Amino acid sequence: MTDTAAMTVPSPAQAWVNSGAGFWPSSLAVARRTVRKFVRTPQLLVLATVQSAIFLVIFRYIFGGAITVEGLPYVNFLVPGFVTAAVLYSGMGAAAGVAEDLQQGLFDRLRSLPIPRASVMAGRCLADTALVTWSLVVGAALGFAVGYRMEGSVAAGLAAFGLCVLFSFAFEWLFITIGLVAGNAQAAQGISVLVTPLTFVSSAFVPVESMPGWLQPFAEHQPLTPMVNAVRGLAGGPQAQALLDHSTAYYVGLSLIWTTAIVVVFGLVAAWRFSRS
Amino acid sequence: MTPILQARGLTKRFGRTQALAGLDLVVRPGRVAALLGPNGAGKTTVVRAVATLLRPDQGALSVAGIDALRHPAQVRQLIGLAGQYAAVEPAMTGRENLEMVGRLFGLKHKRARAAAIAVLDQLQLTEDADRLVRTYSGGLRRRLDLGVSLVGTPRLLLLDEPTAGLDPASRGQLWDAIRQLVASGTDVLLTTQYLDEADQLAADIVIIDHGQVIAAGTPAELKTLAGDDVLEVHVRDAEALPGAATVLSTVGRDLRVDLATHRASVAVDGTHRLLEAVRALDHLGVPVEDISLRRATLDEVFLTLTGASTDLIDSSTDPEAA
Repeated sequence: MTDTAAMTVPSPAQAWVNSGAGFWPSSLAVARRTVRKFVRTPQLLVLATVQSAIFLVIFRYIFGGAITVEGLPYVNFLVPGFVTAAVLYSGMGAAAGVAEDLQQGLFDRLRSLPIPRASVMAGRCLADTALVTWSLVVGAALGFAVGYRMEGSVAAGLAAFGLCVLFSFAFEWLFITIGLVAGNAQAAQGISVLVTPLTFVSSAFVPVESMPGWLQPFAEHQPLTPMVNAVRGLAGGPQAQALLDHSTAYYVGLSLIWTTAIVVVFGLVAAWRFSRS
Repeated sequence: MTPILQARGLTKRFGRTQALAGLDLVVRPGRVAALLGPNGAGKTTVVRAVATLLRPDQGALSVAGIDALRHPAQVRQLIGLAGQYAAVEPAMTGRENLEMVGRLFGLKHKRARAAAIAVLDQLQLTEDADRLVRTYSGGLRRRLDLGVSLVGTPRLLLLDEPTAGLDPASRGQLWDAIRQLVASGTDVLLTTQYLDEADQLAADIVIIDHGQVIAAGTPAELKTLAGDDVLEVHVRDAEALPGAATVLSTVGRDLRVDLATHRASVAVDGTHRLLEAVRALDHLGVPVEDISLRRATLDEVFLTLTGASTDLIDSSTDPEAA
């Protein structure tokens, strides 16, 4: 640090008025920052992958032996559920990230800039969706590695993957809302972990029919179950579809309705919290 | 000339706390204004209202003639904000932080890059430009934070306690940087708990407490506010302090006794009081170490105006206190 260097003060480049960036450029700039933060924190990347691998291996080889699904090898039942549930596991980090941005004043700075305020939230959501998508790719690859074989067409498999990306976009709004409401990163982390039971009380890892009767209505009607069923039906082909009570199209439709509802509700709550906080 | 900032009757309540209680403020262009006050006086609330981060419950607020309550988006085109927290991204380099905010200010790619280079140069950050911010020292980070608020060449720069928690050397560097900005024509509103900081940087000082302005003026004007002059007696033994205090209270007003430093002082209205005091002290046989007549310091002004706020005095002498 040199104090003595002569300072040249640049003349104002423009006549004091900053037009500000539009919605998309601002969203992309904000998104880029979140992605950079993630990529430059290698612990996060490695940890997420290792956790996900351990989880899969435990279910595939340890619990898997004790769980029977009629008409389908367990690995073929498990992997679509695992990838869909990974939407929540990988997505929940956003809650703590958002709480941190809020706490550390970064959001204040962004809100004082001449950009549409919605772009801050949109950028955050885009980036987090991109990060989750990356972990879905890793999760799917791990799934194939432990023996998953897709019976559906490649197009159907890609559609299933696309659905997962859509679900993660929706759930990011939930996690962003948690981050905005929680007050600090630890609380945000704590609250978002509460969604974990949602993945177990669903058709992700075990058939709903194997659960006690009083639990089945919840498992049947919570959003994750139609999402898992849609993904399983698309990727798993006729074998997997035979397990479902309704057609794959039914579950795809239902999961899209849930997706829309989650985006609308939590998108609005997040926008409201962000603009007033 | 349109004031760069004008507030009238601002009120803001957070639950039970009345953060602003009818605050009036006028900042003329071309002058640095400092909002001075203890913790909880409402300084940050004023800055957040001007930065359009919160909406006052009542009152009028305009920046360069633009109604901040009706057209907050236009106000955001004119301001830069550097807050109490260094709101920069630790996982990006200094340059990347500047370029990102430059883009958000609406600069195209090349312009954003050029603006970043100019700011790095201006704040002497070029050497550290390509290191990740998480490796920066506290002072460096704060200077970058100031820089980030400058990439859009704001017309009004809002600095909320820019040097809180910094060591003296870093404070000095930040002060230099702020002076340079002022010289280049940026209007600055800064908040501080440090009297010396306000004295050093600001042409106008506005003292606020409990969400209201209690005094405003140039540092020189404020120093005369507390009483024309201060007559101070320093005694060697604490036992002599009551005697000295009794004498002083007969020649002036606002008696203040500091047991720790064995000093007593009063505000007096003329030099002849010095002689009166000396005679009376001599008459009573009070052993005096030292007696002086001087201008009031801003500390004393503040105490006179607010009653008591030792908090502020502490922080003005000890930068680490914040």
